[in-house]
Amino acid sequence: MSSETDHHHQVDPRSPEVRTEALEDLLVEKGLVDRSRVDALIDRFENDLGPMIGARLVAKAWTNPDFRERLLADADAVLISEGVQGAEIEHIEVKANERGVHNVVVCTLCSCYPWALLGLPPNWYKSPEYRARIVREPRKVLEEMGLTLETETELRVWDSSSETRFLVLPEQPEGTDDLDLEDLARLVTRDSMIGVAKAITP
Amino acid sequence: MNEVEILNDSAAPPRLNGELVFEAPWQSRAFGVTADLVESGRFSWEDFRTRLITTIGAWESTDVHERPPWDYYTCWVQALEQMLSDSTLLDSSELDGRAFTYAQRPHGHDH
Repeated sequence: MSSETDHHHQVDPRSPEVRTEALEDLLVEKGLVDRSRVDALIDRFENDLGPMIGARLVAKAWTNPDFRERLLADADAVLISEGVQGAEIEHIEVKANERGVHNVVVCTLCSCYPWALLGLPPNWYKSPEYRARIVREPRKVLEEMGLTLETETELRVWDSSSETRFLVLPEQPEGTDDLDLEDLARLVTRDSMIGVAKAITP
Repeated sequence: MNEVEILNDSAAPPRLNGELVFEAPWQSRAFGVTADLVESGRFSWEDFRTRLITTIGAWESTDVHERPPWDYYTCWVQALEQMLSDSTLLDSSELDGRAFTYAQRPHGHDH
């Protein structure tokens, strides 16, 4: 192999890495995209948005029946009054788990997800397998993910769309009534708000 | 200081479960560029989403033996290219040309 070929490793111009770099550079040159704004947006989605925002709302709903009622009736209004960033661009509905009813969320067509409350979705949520199977055989999928439901529990699968995103309000674990808001929020995992797990029992 | 700020340090951060939001830098750039275009009003998330559904659906309906391994952000970039082309923000031949040029760069100069 000559030194010339050593310097030319094979890069496919159709690879998404190369396409993305070319696309960003061209858009920047045309003044359509600003790199510092892109940096700030990525930073926000990587660091500021995440399940801790949804977890706080769930913990508050556990401790405050009036707040819970308002959250279930009109989540959008509650999110705006709570100062949740980005809430104005998504219509969110909250579905409460209770004795005999378990809710789970999917986006069958792509990857719609309550960004403002949970950040960006995990890989499995976007996978073709989860999107197809959670509708067809939800009980089995949940079992594979480690959540076994009682046979008499009714399972409700909510298909997200760009119009409506869903958040599951998990049941409060028993014996946690004396915990404060912050400790309660730690029990609320991302997966429990998608509906593929229960909140952590301390 | 609101409760979100207090909880940010203590409550489950996005990566607590060991899963990265983005697996490679290009994925975060593709996402960030799209988000910037939406925020500056060039197109809506809904416009983008319809194209994302199309590219994901195209992958799903391709024969198992003929399609590449599943990759969400590859579908995302394809949807973005379609969106840019449909909204005449960026011509696909111009993008092809630039991508070709970048693919030819000697190793060590590819950034």
